[in-house]
Amino acid sequence: MTGPVRSRRRGGGAGWLAAAPLLAVTLIAFGIPVVVLVVGAFTVKTGGLGFDNLSATMREPYIGALWSSVKLSAVVAVAGAILGAFLAQAVLTSRSGLLREAVLTASGVLSNFGGVPLAFIWIATLGNSGVVTAALGLGPGALYNFWGLALVYLYFSVPLMVLVIAPALDGLKPQWREAAQNNGASTWQFWRMVGIPVLGPSLLGGGVLLFGGAFAAYATAAAMVGASVPLVTLQIADALTGNVLIGYENIALALSLDMIVIALLVMAVYLPLQKRSSRWLA
Amino acid sequence: MTVELRELRRSFGGTVALDGLSLTIEQGELIAFLGPSGCGKTTALRCVAGFERPDTGAVFIDGADVTRVPANRRDAGMVFQSYSLFPNLNVRDNVAFGLRVRRRPASERHSRAAELLELVGLGGFGERYPHQLSGGQQQRVALARALALQPKVLLLDEPLSALDAKVRVNLREEIRRLQLELGITTIFVTHDQEEALSVADRVAVLKSGRLEQVAPPAEVYDRPATPFVAEFVGTMNHLPGRVSGETVEVFGQILPLDNAAPGEEVDVLVRPEAVRVTPSDDGRGFILASSFRGSIARLRVQLDGGGEVLADVPGHEAVRLAPGLKVDVTLVERPVLTAPRTAVAAPVEPVA
Repeated sequence: MTGPVRSRRRGGGAGWLAAAPLLAVTLIAFGIPVVVLVVGAFTVKTGGLGFDNLSATMREPYIGALWSSVKLSAVVAVAGAILGAFLAQAVLTSRSGLLREAVLTASGVLSNFGGVPLAFIWIATLGNSGVVTAALGLGPGALYNFWGLALVYLYFSVPLMVLVIAPALDGLKPQWREAAQNNGASTWQFWRMVGIPVLGPSLLGGGVLLFGGAFAAYATAAAMVGASVPLVTLQIADALTGNVLIGYENIALALSLDMIVIALLVMAVYLPLQKRSSRWLA
Repeated sequence: MTVELRELRRSFGGTVALDGLSLTIEQGELIAFLGPSGCGKTTALRCVAGFERPDTGAVFIDGADVTRVPANRRDAGMVFQSYSLFPNLNVRDNVAFGLRVRRRPASERHSRAAELLELVGLGGFGERYPHQLSGGQQQRVALARALALQPKVLLLDEPLSALDAKVRVNLREEIRRLQLELGITTIFVTHDQEEALSVADRVAVLKSGRLEQVAPPAEVYDRPATPFVAEFVGTMNHLPGRVSGETVEVFGQILPLDNAAPGEEVDVLVRPEAVRVTPSDDGRGFILASSFRGSIARLRVQLDGGGEVLADVPGHEAVRLAPGLKVDVTLVERPVLTAPRTAVAAPVEPVA
C-alpha cells in the first residue's frame, strides 16, 4: 500500500471525527423527529401498524389541501423565480454599485421576513380596511384568497430568488456573450442557446427553494386566510391541536410525511441539474 | 481581405487606450500586436471585432467601413484568451454554433464541424464537453469555432497566454500552419515577444495607444525604431558611451551610430549576442554568473569600473567560461542605438 493512500485514509478518519458534532446535531434535530413522524404516520388507531392514516390523507379534505398547497407553491415558485431572476439581472448589470449593494442587502432582509408580522403588514395595506384599499376604493376580500396569499408569499420569495440567482448570473462569463455575438448571434439567440440553458439548473434550483418555502409556510397563511384557503400546513395544525376534531394527531404526521415525500421528489429533480450547473459556472 | 485601422482613438474615462492608431494589414498577412499591459493592443483588436467602438477614427475591412457595424454582423472570427467555449454545448455544437445561428441544416453543421475538428487535430472529440478537455484542446476548439463561418479576418486575443509553455509553443506553430494554409488575414495580440517574433509576418509594437514600429520580426529585433522597442523586444545592455560626430566610443571601441544621439554622454544599447567575451588575465571584468540555456549560455559579467553586462556565448563554451573567470569584453562592430544616459550601466531584461 502506498503512502498517499494511507494518509488519505487517516485524513478521512480525522474528517469524520471533525464532522461528528454536526452529525450528532443533525441526528438529534432531524433524525429523531423523522423517525417519530414515520412511526406515528404508520400507527393506526388500534395501536398497530398500517396505512390507514396515509390512506386518509389521500381523501378529502386532506387531498384538496395538499393539492392547494402544491398549486400555491408552484405559482409562487414560478412567478418568484421569473421576477427574481429579472430583478437580479437588472441590478447586476446596472452601472451603479450602490444600487447593487442596496438591493442585495434589502433582499437579505426581506427574504427572511415572514410569519405573522408579514401578514399584518399586508392586512394593514391591502386588507378590507387597509390603507391602500381605502385610498383606491378597492372592494373587500381582495387579499384573503389564493391569489392574495400568493402575492404575500412573493414578498419574501422574490428577494430570496435574487439572493439565490445572483451568484449564478455573476458566473455567466461576458466572453460567452461576445463569443456568441462573434458567431453572429443576437442578444435573444445568446440567451436562448447559451444563457438560459447554462442558468437553467440554477433557476430551477431557486424555484425549488421557493417552492419549499411556500409549501412549508404556516404562520402567514394562518394569520391571513385561516380556513378560507385550504393548505396542508393549516390542516396539520388543526389536526395536531384538535381544533376541529380530536384524535387526529397521526393524520397530521401522515400529512407531514406526504410533504416530505413531495419535497424529496422535487429535490431528486433539482440535485443532478444543480451538480451540472455548478460545473459550468465554476 | 485587408484590414485598415485609421486614426483610432479610444478613451476609458481619463485613460487613453488608443491615441491615433493607424495601420493597414494586408491580405493573408499575420500581424502581431505586441506591447506591455495597457498599451492598447486588445482595445485595437476589439475595435476590429466590434466589441469596442472608437471615439474617433474608422475600421475598414476589405475597403468597407465597418466602424458602426454591430459585432454580430462583422465577418471576423475571434479566439479569446479564456477559451470561452459554451459549457452547455459539446465540442461539435460549439464549433457549429455560428452555423446554427444562421439556420444551416444539421447535416451541413455536423460535416463542417467534423472537417474543422480534423483540421485542428481533434477529430473524434465532437461529443465531448469543454470541461472534459485540456486548456490546449479547448483553445483548438475555439480556433475551429472561429473558422467555422469562413471569416474574412481571424482575431486572436492572447490565445496562448493561459496555456503551459510546451502546449503554447505547439499551438502557436499550429496556428501559423493553419493561417498559412487558409491564407486568412490574422491579427494576433500578445504580450509575449517570443510568440510575436516567431509567428508573425510583421510585428506592430504599441506603447500608450500609439504605434512605435511595425516591421518584420527580424527588423524589429535588429533595427528597433525607438529605444522603447529596443528595450521591450529582447534583452538589451545599457553601456556608457561618448558620442563624437557620427560615432560613439564604448569600451574603447569606436562604433557607428544608428540614431541621432540624445547628447554627448549616452547609453549605448547592445544586445547580449553582440557582446564578445574572451578569457584574459588583464581583462576589464570577471564572470559573475552563468545561465545555461541549451544552445547558448548567458553570462553576467561584472565590469571593473562598476556596472554589469550580459553576453550570450555558444552553449558549449559554458564550461570554459565559468563564473569567477577574468575576461575581456568587446562589442561586435555594427551600428548601435543610443539612449539618454542612465545613472548606472546595467542590462535591461525583457518585459515579457
